[in-house]
Amino acid sequence: MSAPTTTPATATPSTKPVRQLGDRIFAGSATGAGVLILIVLAGVAVFLIAQAIPAFTASPEELPGGRNLAVYIGPLVFGTLLSALIALLIATPLAVAVALFITHYAPRRLAQGLGYVVDLLAAVPSIVYGLWGVAVLAPASLPFMTRLQDYLGWIPLFAGPVSATGRTMLVVGVTLAVMILPIITAVSREVFLQTPKLHEEAALALGATRWEMIRMAVLPFGRSGIISGAMLGLGRALGETMAVAIILSGSGIVTFNLISSSNPSSIAANIALQFPDSTGVAVNTLIASGLVLFVITLLVNSIARWIINRRREFSGAN
Amino acid sequence: MKTMRQKRARIAAVGLAAGGAIVLAGCGAANEGSSAGGASSAPSSNVSGTISGAGASTQQAATQAWVAGFTGSNPDATINYDPSGSGAGRTQFIAGGVDWAGSDAYIKGDELGKAQQRCGGDIVEIPVYVSPIAVVYNLPGVDNLQLSPSTLAKIFDKKITTWNDPAIAADNPGVNLPSTAIAPVNRSDKSGTTQNFADYLKAAAGADWPYDVSDSWPVQGGEAAQGTSGVVGAVKAGQGTIGYADESQAQGLGQAKIKVGDQYVGPTPDGAAKLLESSERVSEGGPHAFAYKLNRTVTDSSAYPISLVSYAIACSKYTDAAKSGLVKAYLNYVISPEGQQAAQQAAGSAPLTDAIRQQITPAVSSIA
Repeated sequence: MSAPTTTPATATPSTKPVRQLGDRIFAGSATGAGVLILIVLAGVAVFLIAQAIPAFTASPEELPGGRNLAVYIGPLVFGTLLSALIALLIATPLAVAVALFITHYAPRRLAQGLGYVVDLLAAVPSIVYGLWGVAVLAPASLPFMTRLQDYLGWIPLFAGPVSATGRTMLVVGVTLAVMILPIITAVSREVFLQTPKLHEEAALALGATRWEMIRMAVLPFGRSGIISGAMLGLGRALGETMAVAIILSGSGIVTFNLISSSNPSSIAANIALQFPDSTGVAVNTLIASGLVLFVITLLVNSIARWIINRRREFSGAN
Repeated sequence: MKTMRQKRARIAAVGLAAGGAIVLAGCGAANEGSSAGGASSAPSSNVSGTISGAGASTQQAATQAWVAGFTGSNPDATINYDPSGSGAGRTQFIAGGVDWAGSDAYIKGDELGKAQQRCGGDIVEIPVYVSPIAVVYNLPGVDNLQLSPSTLAKIFDKKITTWNDPAIAADNPGVNLPSTAIAPVNRSDKSGTTQNFADYLKAAAGADWPYDVSDSWPVQGGEAAQGTSGVVGAVKAGQGTIGYADESQAQGLGQAKIKVGDQYVGPTPDGAAKLLESSERVSEGGPHAFAYKLNRTVTDSSAYPISLVSYAIACSKYTDAAKSGLVKAYLNYVISPEGQQAAQQAAGSAPLTDAIRQQITPAVSSIA
């Protein structure tokens, strides 16, 4: 490794690339790391499928709840998607706004500090968010939820009756939103910062206001970044366990009512709650629900990839 | 600068002194434990080796006290307990993974046969942990709530939805009940507490409780919270809430009195111990299995019917003599008055009565 790393571009015009030992080691370890990810993923999938099979083949009476496997997992899937969707609906606009403020509005010194604080949110353990949600947010949101029921009760989402403790789907959604805010903000911020300065200046030169410049230059450029950030956040919201387990008053029902004490539980929270005292087929059933979550996450990520790829040519990136 | 440094030195000195004191205190405690234990449990003064158990998390706090007390007088013994849950404990015991199991439900049916197979003979099953389950509620202005079994079942089945329901009023003559909505709180995780509470409702108010008894809560859509602390927290946080929790964890909340016979009885350790005494033994498991069908419909008002009894399940013989000696010595300590007192202090459980102890001591002594 005596030669400086910058030389190859200028020093060797020959057709055959020089391969040094360091190159080969690095290439090998990088490939190994990539392959390892696939092996781990395949291992997880094999484990989930192998352990879930007894639940699929068991007779309905042996399963927890004593009915069909789909009847057991269905409400959990619904609850998982609903809580993640609420979180995403709240967090994405907020994260984009925060990222825009940091990159385009805030004075530089404030922007740095704010960016740091937002990143810090990601470092808080999820169980702390859970405790905060159940001890602070849930009781504090009670008057708000009562008002929602009073004025917007005709919307099925807020039909009530309002939970006595505030441990509702809405509170879970808000808590999850806080948890996924940092990742969406961080990704969006990085993308917004990469908007070509020429685009921005051209827009301003044509007489656009700052908001019009952002709308015409920054947002179209950053769209794929926002989407991938949102999908990363969605992944975290789907798999969030402890916060949901602690906060949500969940049972196996399907309802769109966000403010009552009857809520569908989520897959991950249900596994955390039921696993310790489960035996036999009940464990296999929980693992089967884990397999469903695995598939959902895979689907979500694939869809996100597809959206990003489809948008790539319009975005101006690359 | 100088004062700063001095101050720091002084803090360090205080720290050292405190550390030393803790070390000394630790020694003192250990010595005390060994002398006290040695005096009381004379027959098995010094056993050694390692045994492992697994099972009910309800026994965890008590088991910690037992292990501390036992290893205090038998310093060469190591005892491990994994609070993995009753079902998991029984499964591990049957598979031979652990030497004894803790379980909130006695072993029966299929599992009993497998356990006997594992032991190559009879099993030893004894009640070790008895605890009352309190019906806790949060209803400002109502300090002395009384409930009959059928009212209680209807409340938890969400058939009675407001506190001024005629059924509740009939149980509480002269009490001014508010029209607050009732929010029943149940466990969201599986639990022996749920199983015992549901078992009581089924036995005492079967007509109003149409569900099978299991360790998962059967009624959908109630306020569900994780763990005893979660239930207590939810009952405290809401208004008009009612839940069920181990009595030792239910301090600072209203505790309903339950109708037994023609009187209303609050949860007490004595009442729980009394219930076990008045319950009938299940003869299913062999001569050394002391499982009890709890007498939920007891009419003697000194007993409290919503109680939890947790068992220790072991083999009557082990292939390893050292192991059998250790299991025997440990279980002997657990059911001894000292052991039961230690559990009462640590976990708020009800000490076994002498009558029960006399019944189950031969079973423990039979371990070989």
